[in-house]
Amino acid sequence: MVEFALPKNSVVGLGKTWPKPANAKRLTEFRIYRWNPDDNRNPSIDTYYVDRDDCGPMVLDALLFIKNKIDPTLTLRRSCREGICGSCAMNIDGENTLACTKAIDDVKAPVKINPLPHMPVVKDLVPDLTVFYAQHASIEPWLKTETPAPEKEWLQSPDDRSKLDGLYECILCACCSTSCPSYWWNGERYLGPSALLQAYRWLIDSRDEATGERLDYLEDPFRLYRCHTIMNCARACPKGLNPAKAIAEIKNMMIDRQA
Amino acid sequence: MTQKASLRTPRARVGFLGSAKSGTHHAWMMRLTAFALLPLTIAFVLVVLSLVGRDFQSARILLGSPLAGILLLLFVGVGAYHMTLGMQVIIEDYVHSERTKHLALMANICFGLLIGAALVYSVLRLSFT
Repeated sequence: MVEFALPKNSVVGLGKTWPKPANAKRLTEFRIYRWNPDDNRNPSIDTYYVDRDDCGPMVLDALLFIKNKIDPTLTLRRSCREGICGSCAMNIDGENTLACTKAIDDVKAPVKINPLPHMPVVKDLVPDLTVFYAQHASIEPWLKTETPAPEKEWLQSPDDRSKLDGLYECILCACCSTSCPSYWWNGERYLGPSALLQAYRWLIDSRDEATGERLDYLEDPFRLYRCHTIMNCARACPKGLNPAKAIAEIKNMMIDRQA
Repeated sequence: MTQKASLRTPRARVGFLGSAKSGTHHAWMMRLTAFALLPLTIAFVLVVLSLVGRDFQSARILLGSPLAGILLLLFVGVGAYHMTLGMQVIIEDYVHSERTKHLALMANICFGLLIGAALVYSVLRLSFT
């Protein structure tokens, strides 16, 4: 049945309050989820103070300030710091988003930061995304054709190309899937908004010749039809995409091929 | 998400038992019955409102008329079907132990049939006695 409470070893306790940076004039308080797989302790929330005059404007800047100047053990993923790699996806003030594109001033202090919800945690703010990536791989996100490849390239009209807008921009940050209650309850059997958005990206690609097989793969009460149009995905997406709409389009294609 | 230690690869776990090759029919029937219930519910409310102040005999005559009778039959039939489909989704969402889930799905269908049959019987009995 549904687990309404956290397992005993996952109950989050109160952690350490780290000293304020010396001589700081403008301080912002951060409360950050900490969990270390090696020390056999429950997760805890540590409190940090960030010197805003010594730190960039984004939440990621603050996290790196903490890591560089206060507590080097704080663990997080980050890479591009400009919203294109999707590495620094985390739950900031109750919403899944990218730390690098979320301004500290847009969040009411204290800034509460947790890992993406309902995923196994590797350490601190790093979630285990292996199943998420396997789901993406399972929809076979590449061009599939039977027609021999043309000498130069597969042609696509500007109109057909424009159908990929709002789909190809996905950076696989997992903000949408981990905000989806249906994905929380059936995270292995339901593909989740992210993988389904990508599935639609290939279903609607005019150059792809495997549309039928792709739909066959999705024809399943769990893989596709766990989507109940809750819309958390569209709300969470830091790139402003709408996975719920893509899923609705897949459902329409399913009906179109029967009637 | 379950965190049970498994030596199966993530790709194998995601693949599970393959596509069930169904789901669209369920979704289509869900949508169809939802649309059908819009006018049917309005008709049902109108029928019930027109019963206000009637005694049993004249109520029976009204409910036994072909138009009201057929509308009521459709309402209870479609309603019971819609209810069963909806409950099935809730069970699939929240019940994760396979055995409990199968029992719950069976109980759901039995309950839907029972309710549907009882309601249809009631309408028919009013119409034909």
